[in-house]
Amino acid sequence: MVQQTERPAARPAPPLTRRLRWRPRSTLARHGLAVLLALVAVVVVVETTSPFRNSQLATMSYYAIAAAGLTVLTGLNGQISLGHGALMAVGAYTTGLLLGPDGEGAPPLPLVMLAAAAVTALVGAVVGAAAARLHGPYLAGATLALAVAVPGLAIYFDHPLGGEQGLRIASPDVPDWFDAAIWFLFAHETPGAKYLAYLGWGTLLLVLLLLANLMAGRVGRVWRAVRDDEVAAELAGIRLGRVRVLAFVVSAACAGLAGAVLGVVVRLAAPSGFTIVLSLGLLTAVVVGGLGSLTGALLGSALLVFLPPAVTNLGIGAGLDGTQAAQLAPFVYGVVLVLVMLLAPSGAVGVLKTVWGRRRRSPR
Amino acid sequence: MQQFLNVTLTGIGQGAVYAAFALALVLIWRSTRIVNFAQGAMGMFTTYLALTLIEAGQSYWVGLVVALSSGLVLGAAVERLVIRRVEGGPELNAVIVTLGLFVALQALAAILFGSTFRSFPAPFDLRGFTVGGVNIALTPNSIYVIGAVLVVMLALVALFRFTDLGLKMRAAAFNQEVSRLLGVPVGRMLTLGWALAAVVGSLAGLLIAGGNLVFPAYMDAVIVYGFVAAVLGGLDSPGGAVVGGLTIGLLLSYVSGYLGSELVALAALAILVAVLLVRPQGLFARTAARRV
Amino acid sequence: MKARALCAAVAAVLLLSSCGAGGRPQGGGGGDGEAEVGITPTSVKVGAHFPLTGVAAPGYSEIPTGAKAYFDFVNAHGGVHGRQIEYIFRDDAYNPTQTSQVVNELVLQDQVFAIVGGLGTPTHSAVLDHLNGEGVPDLFVSSGSLLWDQPQENPMTFGWQPDYEVEAKIIGQYVAQNFPDARVGLFLQDDDLGRDAEIGARRYLEDQIVAAERYTPGNTDVAPQIAALQAAGADLVIGFNVPSYTALSQLQSLRLNYTPQWIYSNIGSDPALVGSLLARFSEGAVTDAGLLEGVLTTEYLPGVDTPESPWTQLFQRVWDEHGGEGELTNYRIYGMAEAYTFVQALQAAGPNPTREGIVEAVERVGSTFTGPWVAPFRYSADRHAGISGVRVSRITGGGTEFLTPVLVTDNGDAPITELAEEPAPPPADGVPDVQPAS
Repeated sequence: MVQQTERPAARPAPPLTRRLRWRPRSTLARHGLAVLLALVAVVVVVETTSPFRNSQLATMSYYAIAAAGLTVLTGLNGQISLGHGALMAVGAYTTGLLLGPDGEGAPPLPLVMLAAAAVTALVGAVVGAAAARLHGPYLAGATLALAVAVPGLAIYFDHPLGGEQGLRIASPDVPDWFDAAIWFLFAHETPGAKYLAYLGWGTLLLVLLLLANLMAGRVGRVWRAVRDDEVAAELAGIRLGRVRVLAFVVSAACAGLAGAVLGVVVRLAAPSGFTIVLSLGLLTAVVVGGLGSLTGALLGSALLVFLPPAVTNLGIGAGLDGTQAAQLAPFVYGVVLVLVMLLAPSGAVGVLKTVWGRRRRSPR
Repeated sequence: MQQFLNVTLTGIGQGAVYAAFALALVLIWRSTRIVNFAQGAMGMFTTYLALTLIEAGQSYWVGLVVALSSGLVLGAAVERLVIRRVEGGPELNAVIVTLGLFVALQALAAILFGSTFRSFPAPFDLRGFTVGGVNIALTPNSIYVIGAVLVVMLALVALFRFTDLGLKMRAAAFNQEVSRLLGVPVGRMLTLGWALAAVVGSLAGLLIAGGNLVFPAYMDAVIVYGFVAAVLGGLDSPGGAVVGGLTIGLLLSYVSGYLGSELVALAALAILVAVLLVRPQGLFARTAARRV
Repeated sequence: MKARALCAAVAAVLLLSSCGAGGRPQGGGGGDGEAEVGITPTSVKVGAHFPLTGVAAPGYSEIPTGAKAYFDFVNAHGGVHGRQIEYIFRDDAYNPTQTSQVVNELVLQDQVFAIVGGLGTPTHSAVLDHLNGEGVPDLFVSSGSLLWDQPQENPMTFGWQPDYEVEAKIIGQYVAQNFPDARVGLFLQDDDLGRDAEIGARRYLEDQIVAAERYTPGNTDVAPQIAALQAAGADLVIGFNVPSYTALSQLQSLRLNYTPQWIYSNIGSDPALVGSLLARFSEGAVTDAGLLEGVLTTEYLPGVDTPESPWTQLFQRVWDEHGGEGELTNYRIYGMAEAYTFVQALQAAGPNPTREGIVEAVERVGSTFTGPWVAPFRYSADRHAGISGVRVSRITGGGTEFLTPVLVTDNGDAPITELAEEPAPPPADGVPDVQPAS
């Protein structure tokens, strides 16, 4: 018998990305790298834009934090919530009660924000437990009732919570080390608006990192299973109620954190800041961006912040007066929401993925 | 005693409107299994159309007819053009579509009619009756409100029970496949269901507006309370919607009168949660196993 | 692997060392050579927030149109020290969260020199700290709250109109003198507006007050409050509320057949506006301003119902020449009077106005400003409070009938005194002429 050492058959050359081998293997490291790159991008953008744009970026950051939480809840777990505005209110009011109107004697800001997230998560657990048995329109209606009811609480308990006028919240002072670091790196001053933009985006990137890991891991898979087929999931041993409540808790914690950022950016926690419009705006952002996609949540929030001024200017240019033109933005949201649901239910990210997928698959 | 009487009478008046709104929601649910979150906005829009005519000099009754007929057209158009495509699909899509309509209609009303608060006339006197020297909170206008809702309800009952059309609509709602096989034009019945519901919703919008200030968001609270009323009575039961509406009207009026008007929304939420946890199918549902 | 890590480390070190701005100049930027924000050699930019939509829009949305007309009038006469006044006003829907965003836009994006006449107690209190922290002059807030008179904490903020405590004191004394046996009820907005008014009213009417009901702006159901006032047996009700709630309270009283003597604060009592809100309500059964017949209120500015006043004639001229749609109304006159005061302040700030400079000018000479208002301002280094008095009047036949002379007082237990002098007539060309203060 002739012994022949077999040479392994020649394998086709691995694709370019594999050959470079610069992408880390583990999910956490990969997401961490993406976040680091995003941080660099954020720093570049914040340093090169005016204080007004910085304040717009800060606004976008808190919408994005809440939208990220909502897209995970609705897209990944299948539970619709119209009450995330109310949850943001819980976070903002907690921040207001802890920080106070002048910031004296207040605990450090990161602790306050964590407390806001924790309190809101607790509320989310209660709401989630009540909502765990509800589907579709029942869940939507119940969370809508929540969104309408929570501002009323602030008016009823008007002594601790400030009533219709709301709670003034002290804006955090720029810490000296941060100021010095920015000066060292860029020779720029750090006005309040810029610091708030950094604060908001830093929190946002952290939240995105955590959520991305969650979605890619076992928890994410379990949530998707519950969304797609409850009976099969239950047969596989998944406790439906627990999973749903956990999803709500995570989503509520995000909303609470967003509310905390909102509190320090707007410097006020008042019932008028948390109307149905806010909850519906978050829903629009999430649907248009793409349910279940964090990039979609970012896109949708950018739309929420940067579209209204553009649309309003268009309206004024077309001859409407100021207050009528201001209503053009919500009109566009409503129409876009309907059109997206009718024509492209997977949202912008879904459309982009389809186009990308087609291009990759087409023979070249 | 006077306060109790007044609060009760106010509650009945408001309850009649919530009953009408809940009825509209139930009509749509029975035919297409969708909760129409845009119902309030549609009613608001038709009320603004009526207001435009009334400000141009027409009488209230002309405005009423215009509001109801434009409601009919609006409901049919919405079903045919928008809802038809999401019927039978994932429930999330239908919910989001109706919410999008809600936002778009409210903004459109603000663009076309302005966002300022405007007064809307009431067709009858707004002064309460005086019975034996005691002022009671019942005005000729509130009697008209209750009466109008009763008339519409009876008309709908008559339509569904005693006419051929009603039978076809009930069949289309009950089982689409079999009805199609039996020759019922299911698509048209669904459109008709939405149109009738929109008429009832327009009436509700008009009745609330009478004697009050209107602004584009004035129906927002009614959507929530009407939904709670419909769930309380059972989304499948028109009679339940009416009873639910009156109950909610009374309960919320007591809360507003005795505890403070800031707690009304909270009370509605509490009632909704209680119903969904204890008897999710509502008080009057006939089917046994209900998945909410 | 190691090579890559080494490369990364070298790159990071190079990056960091290429930064380093060196020493940092002591003292912040914005030295004397720079131009003041919002001021150019030919223009001054000012901004304001008003409820152009929402529950407070009826009436109040007209104020900025009046101010704009007056500023255009002054611009047509050459401006102030050669500068044209550019006036930007934005909608906050009487919603404090929106006020915060809108003022952010005005200060950061439009870069205004000062905020002039921002309207609303709950709304403006949301931006008070921010404006003072940023050093933006916050002149002549369109509200009677006592929050604007805190020169220690908020040195850039000045009130303008008679504050609610002063007004409530004068009303309170009038009621105590003329209705000593009345059972008094209060109908108040549930925020600092109502609180400041209640302090003033209780000073003279503590024994007579039987009920105090509060409403939340935004919730248009005031039936419980009116029912409670009726149940408490109040036969005279003093209301400190925005105009929509004057209409709503009248409607609910109609429903309950409740007919007390009503007294409304001047912020909510314009008969033409309330009449137009009530006009359509019940065809035939209710005629427009008829509901307000006999209602008492206070006045401190000439109105469209006194066309013989030279100030009203001036404002009519301004509106005819520079106004937009609609007629001259009392709210537009309010806006013009505020604008008039700002022009005086700008003149007092001298040919090279700065933000601190205009504040000092108002403190120094503001109390000597004369204009259409019936009582002088209380501005000084220690007080930033506005007009010091009002006259009580009755609404009758669509016009007003004065019941008292001009009564002047101050906060706290300061006594109420009569003011003998008449307001000065307007300058011939309609533009004030104030010398620079320094």
